[in-house]
Amino acid sequence: MNLVTILHAGMATGTVLLFATIGEILTERSGILNLGVEGMMLLGAMAGFSASLATGNVWLGVLAAVLAGGALSLAHGLVTIHFQADQVVSGLALTFLGTGLALVFGEGLTGQNPPLLPDLTIPLLGQIPFIGPSFFADFNVLVYVGYLLIPATWYYIYKTRPGMHLRAIGEKPEAADTVGVNVYRLRYLYVFAGGCLAGLAGATITLGVSPGWYSAQTTSGQGWIAIGLVIFAQWDPVRAAVGSYLFGALRRGILDLQGPATLLGFVNPLYINSNWGFFLKMTPYLLTIIALILGARAAKKKRLGAPAALGVPYIRGERGL
Amino acid sequence: MPFRLTFTKRIEDVPRWYPFVISLGAIVISFVISGILLKLVGGEPLVVGKYFYTAAFGNWAVFSDTLVKATPLILVGLACTVAFKMKLWNIGAEGQFYAGAFAASLVVLIPIVPPDAPRFVTITLMAVMGMIGGAIYGFIPGYLRAKFEINEIITTLMLNYVAIFWNNFWIFNKWSDAGFQMTPTFPKSAWLPRLTDYARPYKTFMETGNPAITGFLKNIGLERISGMTLHLGVVFGLVMVVVVWWILERSRWGYEIKLIGDNPHAAHYAGLNIVRNIVLVMIVSGALAGLAGMSEITGVVHRLQERISPGYGFTGIIIAWLAKLNPFAVIPVAILFGGLILAGREIQPSGLAMLLQGFILFMIISSDVLLRYKLEFTRTRTSGETV
Amino acid sequence: MTHAVEMHDIVVRFPGVLANDHVNFTLQKGEIHALLGENGAGKSTLMNVLAGLYKQTGGILRVHGKPVSFNSPKDAIAAGIGMVHQHFMLVPTQTVTENILLGLDDPKFFLNLSKYDQKILELQEQFGLRVPPTAKIWQLSVGEQQRVEILKTLYRGANILIMDEPTAVLAPQEIDDLMNTLRAMTEQGKSVIFISHKLHEVTQIADRVTVLRKGKVTAEGIDAAGLTPAKLAQLMVGREVVFSVKKSRREPGDVVLKVENVSAHNKKGVPALRGISLSVRSGEILGIAGVAGNGQSELAEVITGLRPCTGKITVNGVDIANRPPIIAINNGVAHIPEDRGKVGSAPNMSITENTIMKNYRHAPVGNGWSIDFLKARNFARKLKKKYDILAPNVRVPARKLSGGNLQKVILAREISAEPKMMVAVQPTRGLDVGAIESIQTLLLEQREAGAAILLISEELEELFTLSDRIAVIYEGEIMGVVSTEETDIQEIGLMMTGSRREPQPSANAQ
Repeated sequence: MNLVTILHAGMATGTVLLFATIGEILTERSGILNLGVEGMMLLGAMAGFSASLATGNVWLGVLAAVLAGGALSLAHGLVTIHFQADQVVSGLALTFLGTGLALVFGEGLTGQNPPLLPDLTIPLLGQIPFIGPSFFADFNVLVYVGYLLIPATWYYIYKTRPGMHLRAIGEKPEAADTVGVNVYRLRYLYVFAGGCLAGLAGATITLGVSPGWYSAQTTSGQGWIAIGLVIFAQWDPVRAAVGSYLFGALRRGILDLQGPATLLGFVNPLYINSNWGFFLKMTPYLLTIIALILGARAAKKKRLGAPAALGVPYIRGERGL
Repeated sequence: MPFRLTFTKRIEDVPRWYPFVISLGAIVISFVISGILLKLVGGEPLVVGKYFYTAAFGNWAVFSDTLVKATPLILVGLACTVAFKMKLWNIGAEGQFYAGAFAASLVVLIPIVPPDAPRFVTITLMAVMGMIGGAIYGFIPGYLRAKFEINEIITTLMLNYVAIFWNNFWIFNKWSDAGFQMTPTFPKSAWLPRLTDYARPYKTFMETGNPAITGFLKNIGLERISGMTLHLGVVFGLVMVVVVWWILERSRWGYEIKLIGDNPHAAHYAGLNIVRNIVLVMIVSGALAGLAGMSEITGVVHRLQERISPGYGFTGIIIAWLAKLNPFAVIPVAILFGGLILAGREIQPSGLAMLLQGFILFMIISSDVLLRYKLEFTRTRTSGETV
Repeated sequence: MTHAVEMHDIVVRFPGVLANDHVNFTLQKGEIHALLGENGAGKSTLMNVLAGLYKQTGGILRVHGKPVSFNSPKDAIAAGIGMVHQHFMLVPTQTVTENILLGLDDPKFFLNLSKYDQKILELQEQFGLRVPPTAKIWQLSVGEQQRVEILKTLYRGANILIMDEPTAVLAPQEIDDLMNTLRAMTEQGKSVIFISHKLHEVTQIADRVTVLRKGKVTAEGIDAAGLTPAKLAQLMVGREVVFSVKKSRREPGDVVLKVENVSAHNKKGVPALRGISLSVRSGEILGIAGVAGNGQSELAEVITGLRPCTGKITVNGVDIANRPPIIAINNGVAHIPEDRGKVGSAPNMSITENTIMKNYRHAPVGNGWSIDFLKARNFARKLKKKYDILAPNVRVPARKLSGGNLQKVILAREISAEPKMMVAVQPTRGLDVGAIESIQTLLLEQREAGAAILLISEELEELFTLSDRIAVIYEGEIMGVVSTEETDIQEIGLMMTGSRREPQPSANAQ
């Protein structure tokens, strides 16, 4: 194992988390907590895979994944924005629903070979030693889309008018409402955007990073990790990118520990008894918890934190306005 | 839109039967939607539906199997009920279930008591260990939440995965039964008594040929119990229903749980120790889920193995919510879902039971809006927003 | 002459309430028009209709003579109407400029804030409303935030300004500044509607007055000159108001509460109390005056154990500083919290469950590990009767109670514990005249019974009526403690803006 392979694999794996995390940041910034990322992601993974298989066109597959994730998220939107249901429970329901739908419609997809995302090397950047092969060579296209998404989201949130409105409806919806910003419509929009990105994350797995359909194991909890990363990132897209790629790399790097017979000159216990690998498999989940603890600490130091209206239904015209 | 949906806030309380009817309606609608979806993927909803019914409630034998499935669900449903009452989102009942199963297994795997120890001793010790295992596993996220304000939803969920890998390590590495992914079968002293165990003495009685005895036994229908796998775990479940009900509705601690759940600021103001209560509730919630794990391995599987739970921990969330956090209502809801899981095992596609669960939960929380608002459809000329 | 605003026969119906019952209202160009009424009289509702937040069930709305129909606040803004809400509609994490630009079509997409900062500075010059454009709202004082709200409406070209209880959060001197701004605005041709329930302000500033009572107009556009507060009060309440709450003379007893050199931080981690010392005696009410946000809330919280602090707080000699709230409760400290709904009660729990919040641990309600709910219900019924809590039964959840009734539940609970020390924060805020009277009477009864009472209030009138002594708090420090009989509003007002009073041996009990 060497650093370049770990970084390369980490960036690819991290892209999945990046899409899901940035999507959830947009949703939560608007004041809606959507815990259904895992379900939307799995549904997107299934939809992307099967649409690519059915149409023979991978881009239609990606589109199907995005729309599937988005469509499912609208169910959450309706229930939480209009019916003012508890956002936690609705998000859990969405996880069940998405997983169930994905498994029902994904019946028989295992072992199929649809067209996959093409790999791409960036002409000049790809040639730089070390940096090139680590970050700019032989990635599926969506990895580069991820690169562009980070500054775009950052700029959108902090430097544009719609981004300003997004921050306002998540912090103080009544303030936005009184100056004519349509809180309900925007919240739907960002719930949908979050769903689309979660669906895209799913397609990134099945059509790019680790192709194939392995039913519920396809996502194996990455949707939940993404929600943890949102807190770690303190609702900031740049921090989210750092977290996602770091997580992707750690995830890969740790799994690669199992390969070599010796580590730093010592006998690798993992090589001798592969059962110790179960502890390695735990690490992403344990690391998520650690990331949460670190995120909470960072929040205490700086004036960061969750959008003030996160999880609170906005009811217009409530007496006492 | 030709129609406009308007919400009007209800002023008066709805009649007592209203929430019940609405919940029932929500379940029916979920079944209908799932049926339509099944049709879409080329299934036969009516055949499947009929199969669901006969496979879960068709006769006493399958109903006994349904109750066997309902047993862990009752306990896990209670675990979620306790936590949700305090608005503590423990969605780690699955992991606590595994932790409980693991800890209980230690009694016979280490072993702590010899295989020929009296059944009462072994079972009691396993139940205690199961509860301790689950409690420890609930304590971790509870402590993180109480002390560092770490979101318990994510920690409990992450710990679910950890628990499963932890179990696998021991099953594969230490206590593997001849290389299989399971431990050896537990000694009989670690089996919870089942109804079918009492069928043998019954047969002996029948062989006496004494018409008075055989006639009596036939009359009360005891021959049916042969083959019934219903085990003592269901009694654990029912006892815990009463215990949890007493805690929540009659005890001082239950009042504190509800007060913290309704308004933590007010609870703090009233002098309650919120940090301690969060940890305690997570411990109790974890212990209940751990007991479910113990009941499952001692009552059904009789060994520790992979996949001892088809997602009981998650179904428990739905059960608690559907039962509106009422411990007694957990029983019928758990039986319904027990049937669903039992019949769902043999149904293709395999995700159908999960899909149905998702729909039911969605419909239930959506239908709550009908308790708070009156919905009216009115005709409009111009397209209007629905606000 | 056309009126700036004409509201004719306005009806607004909420589920179960007729908030505006055929209301007429006219605003002339260039005038300051006071809209007066008790809480719940329908003032805010009427103005929310004008601001496009609510849609009237019936009636006609004309702005500058043209009939209009507002479907959203945007329509109202386009018609030149701007509203400054009582609770500011500002996004705390955004800058002044961002808040002003919120909801506008210009800038179209890219924000380019520095350009707009400049425009806003120019607007500030015109009306004398200074506030740094790049500052975040949470960094500003309440008075500055109000200026941002006014700038928001002016930037949108508003020529009709609605101000909902603008003086409630200001110090007397800040109020003068605001009045000057409003005068400057009317001189430049703008019209102002001024919602208030403070009678003396109305007679000072307004040109005309409209009074609402229970959704109906009781006085439409009468001239403000020559009106007396007593006359206005009668119009508001519908009967002669005798300010009948009178405290008796009483010699205070021993010192109950002693606060020595206490400092604490607020929610944001900023120092809120800086070395406060004061003491309250048995049978004495010590009033704490101050502009909102000068440490009053934190003072109440450190005494009741809700907030960590440094320094020493003793109740009858027992140190309760920095210890959990239960210690204060067990030492006889009762607390009427500032926020009835968020702190003082559990909204979805019944009246019974709300009344036993502090005595469920002991007999007769508590019974070992269990609670005797039969006794709890009887206890609640007794309180309901004694304190005249209006509710069909004690099973009603707290959220269904009106503000006054909820406050009575809280007071009943706190008083029934026979406290030695009572901390009351804004006990009458948002209540109607009848409820205010009964709550104030209950507090004086506690004083008679020998309790030491710390009364924190932003209503100077209330402080003067109830307190034996008044301490003024400014930026977390006590500016002085004066005997109520030896001071007046001017002196208190001066201290509220930060001028320290030379300590006088007679009045200072430190």
